[in-house]
Amino acid sequence: MPAAVEFRAVSRHFGPASAPVKAVDAVDLTIAEGAFFAMLGPSGSGKTTCLRLISGFESPTAGEIRIFGQDVSATPPHLRNVNTVFQDYALFPHMNVRDNVAYGLMVKGMPRAKRYAKAEEMLALVHLDAYGSRKPGQLSGGQRQRVALARALVNEPRVLLLDEPLGALDLKLREAMQDELKSLQKRLGITFVFVTHDQHEALSMADSLAVFNQGKIAQIGTPAEIYTQPKTRFVADFVGSSNLLPPTLTQSLGGPAKWASLRPETLRLDANGPIAGPVTAIRYLGAGHRISLNAHGHDIAAILPAGSALPEPGTEIRLGFAPEALHIMDEA
Amino acid sequence: MMTAIFPARSLADRLTTLFWRKPKLLLALMLTPPLLWLGVIYLGSLAALLLQSFYSIDEFSGMVVPEFTLKTYAELLRPQNYDIILRTLLMSAAVTLGCAILAFPIAYYAARFAKGRWKAVFYLGIMLPLWSSYLVKVYAWKLILAKEGIITWATDATHTSGILNAILALPVIGGNSLSTSYIGMFAVFTYVWLPYMILPMQAALERVPTSMLEASQDLGATRAQTFRTVILPLAMPGVIAGSIFTFSLTMGDYIIPQIVGNSANFIGMAVYQLQGTAGNIPLAAAFAVIPILIMLVYLALAKRAGAFDAL
Repeated sequence: MPAAVEFRAVSRHFGPASAPVKAVDAVDLTIAEGAFFAMLGPSGSGKTTCLRLISGFESPTAGEIRIFGQDVSATPPHLRNVNTVFQDYALFPHMNVRDNVAYGLMVKGMPRAKRYAKAEEMLALVHLDAYGSRKPGQLSGGQRQRVALARALVNEPRVLLLDEPLGALDLKLREAMQDELKSLQKRLGITFVFVTHDQHEALSMADSLAVFNQGKIAQIGTPAEIYTQPKTRFVADFVGSSNLLPPTLTQSLGGPAKWASLRPETLRLDANGPIAGPVTAIRYLGAGHRISLNAHGHDIAAILPAGSALPEPGTEIRLGFAPEALHIMDEA
Repeated sequence: MMTAIFPARSLADRLTTLFWRKPKLLLALMLTPPLLWLGVIYLGSLAALLLQSFYSIDEFSGMVVPEFTLKTYAELLRPQNYDIILRTLLMSAAVTLGCAILAFPIAYYAARFAKGRWKAVFYLGIMLPLWSSYLVKVYAWKLILAKEGIITWATDATHTSGILNAILALPVIGGNSLSTSYIGMFAVFTYVWLPYMILPMQAALERVPTSMLEASQDLGATRAQTFRTVILPLAMPGVIAGSIFTFSLTMGDYIIPQIVGNSANFIGMAVYQLQGTAGNIPLAAAFAVIPILIMLVYLALAKRAGAFDAL
């Protein structure tokens, strides 16, 4: 069975050939059918360009893109069986919600009664049954997001692309929508590809994710793999926060002379621990405290769960960790 | 001793404090002069016009009789007056349509693709003709369109005068030469009012986010479908705004029909002659009310057709 989306050495360069801006640079990528796939990265890392390459709004300058095994280099966006939920939702302000949702069916020539019936079905799916006659301007941000979702899904796409789908929502709504998107994807079995710069969102929603940096994929894997076994310093630092240990420090902690990552929550107060230094700051996080200390000139952060005894700022403390918590990175 | 936290205030301080405490006072002070101007001079003269149109003229003495009557309006229905109204209406509609068709690609290019320096070139190109005298432009067109003018010369030189003659041979809109035909008048009107259509159209198109056009494509629409179902409806408020200009400016103009065309009468010319040589102010006023009524009907129809839904 072919993969839902496949990139083979895909590049998208902008500007003159002599000094190109490499938005996407020789990316290889395989997204399995039915996956909930996240593209994570800081702004300008190439993740949105990758999404636009799948939807067809960008064309690769080199390489090949296949959707369900079919080369799409000659297929314009309106002929791809792929739909997008846009970051700003891009709902048509002059149409009501029902017409917005039925738009894809309308341009394909489906009769009015039939397309409205399907639109209502989709609106029910996103819990907006009673909103068909409203204009997008009369809806809240979360409701608009659902309309955008229904409008894309009504076309029964084989791949649904979501560009920062939750970026414009407030925290509570964002969490609710995360659960909803996840269950919707499970129920429909459609491949979801979503772009985000929010590592929490990527970790909690995706089955697998790609971390982008400077037009290249830094690492692909399951959220747990990415979090516990980051391949590069960039991944360790961007996904969650981490203590990045230079080779000398890793060596002094009993590891090889390589860069290592040590997650703050794996550290605990330990009178015999190998990391020693004075406490430089204590920050209250609600669910715990973040302790910073200076160990041999390196800033080390540790997160202590709520209820643990706190050291005074300035006092010398020692921190310990389980041996498997020290993750050695191959790449510098 | 403690120093005062709020030191003694000057007159200016007291004034700003007063405005801070009563913000509506400042607003009222700022709005009064323009509202007076608008209310008295602008709306007042409009009311006077409306009032005049309900008076009539004494046919023997030529004096205005200040008594309420609909007699003057009835006069508008006389064949020669009715023809003037119909002719002006048709010309205004044709000019508006012509301007809309010509302006759209220019406005679309400017809104979507022109950046930086090209945008400046666009604005300059559109505005430049507005800076020169209207009369000069109209007379220039008269020369271009005249029988001895550049168009005749060009068609002779390219051996295409047959086409020009065929166009001039068209009934009603044709004529002896372009400068004495409705076609010529249409061309001049379209030229002088075109910027008034381009600018609001461009402003409306600029407000359509690119993502909306992409969404339409993404959902399977062809370019033609995107144009018809997304771009045009969203640009409609701009088209309507532009057409208000082109329509009402054509309706009220009294110079172009005098210089270009077959000297058939238009509303503007009729008003000019009636209030001047004929001294028939009531009929001139009644004529002047017609464009206002037509615009109101036009806007009501546009609103009903959903032209303002995207606002």
